[in-house]
Amino acid sequence: MSAQEPAHHPPQRIGVVAESVSGETRVAATPATVRQLLGLGYEVVVESEAGAASGFADEAYLDAGAGIGGIGEAWEADVVLKVNAPSEAEIAQLREGAAIVGLLAPAQKPELVEALAAAGVTALALDAVPRISRAQSMDVLSSMANIAGYRAVIEAAHVFGRFFTGQVTAAGKVPPAKVLVAGAGVAGLAAIGAASSLGAIVRATDPRPEVADQVKSLGGEYLPVNVVQEQSTDGYAKATSADYDRAAAELYHEQAGDVDIVVTTALIPGRPAPRLLTAEDVAAMKPGSVIVDMAAAMGGNVEGTVAGRTVVTDNGVTIIGYTDLASRLPAQASQLFGTNLVNLLRLLTPGKDGQLTIDFDDVVQRAVTVVRAGDVTWPPPPVAVSAAPAAQPAAASAKPEPKQSKLTPAARFGLIGAGMLAMFLLVAFAPAQLAENFTVFALAVVIGYYVIGKVHHALHTPLMSVTNAISGIVVIGALLQIGHESWVVTALSCVAILLTSVNIFGGFAVTRRMLSMFSKG
Amino acid sequence: MTSMTASNSADLVAALLFILSLAGLSQHRTSRAGVVYGIAGMALALVATIVVASQSITAGAVALILVAMAIGAGIGLWRARSVEMTQMPELIAVLHSFVGLAAVLVGWNSYLEVESHGTAQTRIAADLLGIHHAEVFIGIFIGAVTFTGSIVAFLKLSARINSRPLMLPGKNGLNLGALAAFVALTVWFTITPNLPLMIVVTVLALALGWHLVASIGGGDMPVVVSMLNSYSGWAAAAAGFLLDNNLLIVTGALVGSSGAYLSYIMCKAMNRSFVSVIAGGFGIQAPSGTEEEQGEHREVRAEEVAELLATAHSVVITPGYGMAVAQAQHPVAELTRQLRERGVEVRFGVHPVAGRLPGHMNVLLAEAKVPYDVVLEMDEINDDFDGTSVVLVIGANDTVNPAATEDPSSPIAGMPVLRVWEAENVVVFKRSMASGYAGVQNPLFFRENSSMLFGDAKASVEAILHALSTDGRREAAPAARQAMVASQRL
Repeated sequence: MSAQEPAHHPPQRIGVVAESVSGETRVAATPATVRQLLGLGYEVVVESEAGAASGFADEAYLDAGAGIGGIGEAWEADVVLKVNAPSEAEIAQLREGAAIVGLLAPAQKPELVEALAAAGVTALALDAVPRISRAQSMDVLSSMANIAGYRAVIEAAHVFGRFFTGQVTAAGKVPPAKVLVAGAGVAGLAAIGAASSLGAIVRATDPRPEVADQVKSLGGEYLPVNVVQEQSTDGYAKATSADYDRAAAELYHEQAGDVDIVVTTALIPGRPAPRLLTAEDVAAMKPGSVIVDMAAAMGGNVEGTVAGRTVVTDNGVTIIGYTDLASRLPAQASQLFGTNLVNLLRLLTPGKDGQLTIDFDDVVQRAVTVVRAGDVTWPPPPVAVSAAPAAQPAAASAKPEPKQSKLTPAARFGLIGAGMLAMFLLVAFAPAQLAENFTVFALAVVIGYYVIGKVHHALHTPLMSVTNAISGIVVIGALLQIGHESWVVTALSCVAILLTSVNIFGGFAVTRRMLSMFSKG
Repeated sequence: MTSMTASNSADLVAALLFILSLAGLSQHRTSRAGVVYGIAGMALALVATIVVASQSITAGAVALILVAMAIGAGIGLWRARSVEMTQMPELIAVLHSFVGLAAVLVGWNSYLEVESHGTAQTRIAADLLGIHHAEVFIGIFIGAVTFTGSIVAFLKLSARINSRPLMLPGKNGLNLGALAAFVALTVWFTITPNLPLMIVVTVLALALGWHLVASIGGGDMPVVVSMLNSYSGWAAAAAGFLLDNNLLIVTGALVGSSGAYLSYIMCKAMNRSFVSVIAGGFGIQAPSGTEEEQGEHREVRAEEVAELLATAHSVVITPGYGMAVAQAQHPVAELTRQLRERGVEVRFGVHPVAGRLPGHMNVLLAEAKVPYDVVLEMDEINDDFDGTSVVLVIGANDTVNPAATEDPSSPIAGMPVLRVWEAENVVVFKRSMASGYAGVQNPLFFRENSSMLFGDAKASVEAILHALSTDGRREAAPAARQAMVASQRL
């Protein structure tokens, strides 16, 4: 609990600063997430015009309860929220002891980490959130990849000269577009979903065969590469083996000639993007086809990709190499980014008292912290991930089974034999009348069992109410007894007849009522 | 053909009609014909018996029969028309108790007609007299156990008494002791039949029936009700032995064995041993005190659920007793209808012991006009959860508890459950974080893909419906587009 000494600390101030990278349209907080930040006990100041490119006006932030400040004011806050990594000049504006949160790419930019450490600040890299279930709500890479995958399909559709969906119209038949998505990660799955909801035939490849179901669930067809792959333990794709690459290359070449749209999403953390489509594959594609290379920033999956640009090959294939796909959906991207940030800050503000605290015993907090008060804490110790398929539950679920052990055949025959013998002796020594009753009884029991054997689960209740009505047959006993003896017998019989009549008439009537309700759709 | 042979053959035809009735009731297609067979069989049996009886009794007695039947029919038809479908379990339980009580009365009458006359009686041949004594006792015993057992089940189901299991010290001993005492009393009675013994055995059986069901908790009621159904059949069969009436024996045995088979299905669904159910007082093991590891649950609002549903491909709804309690079946059916209109695939997954009566959920959903072909059984739907966009858990708890398959130390370990957690999203409708009937914490609530929608199930579903319809303008467009695309593909 943070109740130790709340009175001594005024709430910290969060500064939301405008992005300086050209073409960046996102902002680290939206009016909606500002409200949530205020709910965590912080004060919030937003740099004037910070949300303009995302369509969030200063007034909207004011309405949400934030202050609007000049450049300096937001940068001097205790906690600075940002999308992209800060420039050197921006780092200089940070107060010593302040914290900065954003996409810092610590693995790729060691010099940035050094600069932040030199400035004596605490730096939290949102893109370093480990891929464990608990941290999913802060996984900004996933939320950005989701947007980018969707946008990649929209960009392709924009350039592509035809419908995605097949149609038969009065003006002739239009075949559906065929889309190949390489890599079924978050971005790939988003692309599969977007393309199939536009009506295209979607195929997808991925080195991890376990994603086949996810591909299918979004309406795509999974194309396996039949080579054994090492299992991923950290949730990200691994570099592939030579055998695999050869088989995959064949698959891509084959598909290139067939599909209209290719979206490639293959990235390996900290390495250049793998080459999936060669110039030869691109040349094999039909004129008018479109390739969206989502790995353009890391060198591209496709030979001929130019990062940030659209190029058209000699045979009329358009290769889109935009690196800012997520920023092209600014309002959506800012909203998800902002929510991821709020979720991280919620974890870092356990007391909801506006005091940022970092607990290094928590793997998530440890992993995101690249600089703590001027000390470099990157890289964090590795975290093994829950995304790997768990074999444990299957073993556990198998265990309770043997408890209801089946009888061995010998034991069962023995039991049946004993039962039959008992019946035989019982009937053999019983008086004639009882023997006859027993015969009828035993046969009826067996019939009852078999008649019910295939009962439909939905009819359990009607069956029960009809058997109930039928067991009202006990009325016959009372009918045969009434009027023969004393008035006591007659009175008791009357009561029995009345009760069982309720049973008979009520049971049949309620069964009919229930059955009339069942209707097929 | 005399009236006696006609009556005997009527009995046979009635018995055959009853068999056809039960067989018809096991499939939707034939179910209505099944009821007709049942009614025909019953009418035949009643007419034949009354005709035979009327030959040896006065017109006054016949009038008495008709009046009693008319009153009973009036009450029965009135209850059948007015009963709420959510109260079916109570109705069935109370009807069982009538059969039990009737069997007790028949047994007593039989005693008054035969044994109370001592050696002066003329009805039963001397060599069969001993057997008759035993039959009287057995008939009364089964009938009385059924009677009080059903009464307790009725009181528990209608919440007139607490549904928590009664825990008397040495309860198994009490049950076995009562059985042993019954055997001893039967032997004694066959030697010297007398009135005090009759009273003792009746009281003993009434107490045993009460105790058997009182020591079973509310959540196990589906098994209890079908078990009592079985008992009521055995009570009728015992009356048949007593009166040497084949129709009673056949019908009682049919009902008894079909009820026992139903109970067996229920037991399998709860991974409980059949024998321990028949003996009563199962489900005794108190929830193991191990503190389940808790976690953080996420709460959602109805509007968010509506959004989730509007964008889903397929939705599975798993209802439980909570849906019946909240009377939420109508809004749930409306939700189903709206989602299906939008092109979302909606199905229901019903656990065999969901509710308080076998098939309870099916009846409620049918009442609300949910087509029965989208209401699937656990085994039919369990493999489809993987690949389902959203699962709505409405008022179910233990039947969707992953601990049953994953935690061998859990009290419900091994019970087959609906594997809802394999779906992409699970929304749990619940009043609060309290644990389910079995008192077991449900790790489902803390899963990464689960979220909780707190509040009354009916109000929550209505809120979702409201959010869906206000949102409808915007959402209608893509649905219409999809429909167009689909028609163009044809």
